[in-house]
Amino acid sequence: MAKEKLKKIEDLRRLREKLIEQRAAKKSWVIISSGTCGLARGSGKVIQAFKDVVKKYNLEDKINLRITGCHGFCQAEPNVVISPEGIFYQRIKPEDAEEIVVETVLKRKIIPRLLYVDPQSGERIVYKKDIPFYKKQRRLLLENNLMIDPKNINDYLAIGGYEALSKVFAGMSSEEVIEEIKKSGLRGRGGAGFPTGKKWEACRRAKGDIKYVICNADEGDPGAYMDRSLLEGNPHSILEGMLIGAYAIGASEGFIYVRDEYPLAVENVTIAINQAKEYGLLGKNILGSGFNFEIKINRGAGAFVCGEETALMASIEGRKGEPRQRPPFPAQKGLWGKPTNINNVETWANVPLIISKGADWYSRIGTDKSKGTKIFSLVGKINNTGLVEIPIGMTLREIIYEIGGGIPDNKKFKAVQTGGPSGGCIPKELLDLPVDYETLTKAGSIMGSGGMIVMDEDTCMVDVAKYFLNFLREESCGKCLSCREGIQRMYEIVTDISEGKGKEGDIELLEKLANVVKDASMCGLGQTGANPVLSTIRYFRDEYEAHIKYKRCPAAVCKEIIQYSIDEEKCTGCMACIKACPQGAITGEKKKPHKIDQSKCIKCGVCSEICKFDAIMVE
Amino acid sequence: MITLTINGLDVEVEEGTTILEAAKFLGIEIPTLCYNEGLTPYGACRLCIVEIGTGENTKLVSSCTYPAEEGLVVRTHSKRVVNARKMLVELMLARCPGSKTIQDLASKMGITKVRFKVRNDDCILCGLCVRMCKEQMDAKAIGFVNRGYMREVTTPFRLKSDVCRTCGACMYICPACQMRCQGPEPPTVVCNGCLNLSPPCLEIYEDKMCYMDPCVACLKKEAEEEIEKRK
Repeated sequence: MAKEKLKKIEDLRRLREKLIEQRAAKKSWVIISSGTCGLARGSGKVIQAFKDVVKKYNLEDKINLRITGCHGFCQAEPNVVISPEGIFYQRIKPEDAEEIVVETVLKRKIIPRLLYVDPQSGERIVYKKDIPFYKKQRRLLLENNLMIDPKNINDYLAIGGYEALSKVFAGMSSEEVIEEIKKSGLRGRGGAGFPTGKKWEACRRAKGDIKYVICNADEGDPGAYMDRSLLEGNPHSILEGMLIGAYAIGASEGFIYVRDEYPLAVENVTIAINQAKEYGLLGKNILGSGFNFEIKINRGAGAFVCGEETALMASIEGRKGEPRQRPPFPAQKGLWGKPTNINNVETWANVPLIISKGADWYSRIGTDKSKGTKIFSLVGKINNTGLVEIPIGMTLREIIYEIGGGIPDNKKFKAVQTGGPSGGCIPKELLDLPVDYETLTKAGSIMGSGGMIVMDEDTCMVDVAKYFLNFLREESCGKCLSCREGIQRMYEIVTDISEGKGKEGDIELLEKLANVVKDASMCGLGQTGANPVLSTIRYFRDEYEAHIKYKRCPAAVCKEIIQYSIDEEKCTGCMACIKACPQGAITGEKKKPHKIDQSKCIKCGVCSEICKFDAIMVE
Repeated sequence: MITLTINGLDVEVEEGTTILEAAKFLGIEIPTLCYNEGLTPYGACRLCIVEIGTGENTKLVSSCTYPAEEGLVVRTHSKRVVNARKMLVELMLARCPGSKTIQDLASKMGITKVRFKVRNDDCILCGLCVRMCKEQMDAKAIGFVNRGYMREVTTPFRLKSDVCRTCGACMYICPACQMRCQGPEPPTVVCNGCLNLSPPCLEIYEDKMCYMDPCVACLKKEAEEEIEKRK
């Protein structure tokens, strides 16, 4: 359908009214979550099944299917929300589609089998708003993912999209926009937490006829996918944020630097840009304001270090993604030497919200120094895996136990890792810490872009440090000697420790080396790369010592120093482990205790998983 | 003109001057490895780090790439800086113990042991050759490939380069190619032959004219034996 160009703010208002009216006429919506995570769990087939059912019963006029981005509750994927009541069905299979349409959509009857069961109370919960995972959140950004089909700009317009832009064009000067953002207290969501308004102001004041804005969507932390969800589910909010930012700064060109590993995000953003262009919301003389703006997509090749702003710009310019010394800062000399403002996806997505609802409203959310909400991806050993959006300042305990639903299988909580490879591990003693930029930094971690990995008692902290060091030694650009050699050497030392080859003095050497890596490296990657090691030593020194002094892994994780054996009293001789062992290392007769041949055992742990009698011992 | 303070001394420099150049102007020596006057500063070896700022708000930056700023307070040899530099040289030594340049740096800084596994690599990845080839020889025959611990200098696709004129400039500027003298006990990681900068050979050969500067103690063992014999 060809779209008519919107020439004035008035045109946009009229179009919105029309769209809202059209949508009000339709009564029931079936909202299917289909982000990358949903697709991975089979939402593609679910969508097709719903389409077939609607066709079969000739319900095209009565039922509206909305295929949206991620709903945030990964655990329940693929899930379906039936509006207007907000009935929540989880883990839908294609065969459920017919039943849902016939029973719930047409007869308004609940299907108990598909409801979410609270792991703590065992209760079945009907409505989305009552699910503990959603209840405690403050979903200012993520909730919109349910309201719109990301491939359809009209959905975004109908919920008030591009209203903030109209407001800016209707009567705000660039300075006023910057002032509003400054007043809101918005800080960079990429992790460092630099005040966004200040950043914009610096770029606004920098001399230069050409200026650029960049959206940093090079999300690379293991286990973090906040930006992906926003790009996939609500790409226009980012475009609108960038439009407002560009207007405030005086830029006429923008770039979205997104990982090519996010094909759906690339696809949805590309569609969004094209649709915005068709309406004239991107291009020349936008809404008759005289302001011109274009956005281009740059696909990153998947180097973690390209999330660092100077490396990212080098990559856009077509050079090797290597950070450089700041100053000059991007606001002074950025892309192709021109003043450039670069913000994270989530930061941009917050901008339209602040402009339309006002800085005063926004600054009431959060703490003294950190305003607004922050999205975290809550993963690891946690009951409710998913994306959570919370007002900054909520405690870790609330996030993990009330939203996350605690640790599965009645295990004990050990630590939570925030900030990805640049962050650190926070132990259970500090669970009541409020989550904000300053507090987490003081605790030896960082807020980061929003990764939150929960670890239970079965996690070995030396192993965790080793994992992140291995990630970093591969992902450091390798320019700074301190970062490249330092991280490699830390990895070697920690590997030795985990293999029982640690020596006395290793911990002290690690600490010294880590501090030099932190001090002497040029960019954020090196400066924070030692955090996983330093924080695990700080809070779990005894585990390191157990590995070094007693060659013992307390969590029984480090393969080289653990041994599997069979408790003769508990073993019933059921032979289950004998069949399961891939190495044929277990021998024994039926109804007699079995034995493990240590020379053949590869410590895969299959026997321990399969044994129903707890007879496999790990030491 | 910009005024900044280095080690308590005020110095006035032109805009665009780096901290390293300003320090040099004052006669303060800052150790470097990947720096060369004729090439663009790169900031890879981190040896030239200095501490900037005052109070609790100080940080370490590479002086070869950091521009002089008005009122900047710089310390080139604070405890934090010297300790970091020592660790950096130890890391270099563990990678390239065969380089005389690095051995000399180690001796100068009083590093007598290496706590990491020795690797005997022949490249320290300072990037001097890459910049030399690009900026002075205008050839761009070599560059960095891969990242992290896999990083290395090579030609595109590791094929013999069409644009290389085998001028040898890369070898000329390489600090790792310059092999260490074989010293008195070559198998050790740290030579430290130059720790003692007074030539030991004077005990035996009073008029010996040494061509090695600084002294590399080529005759240390021989001299010691001779002294022992004379006793």
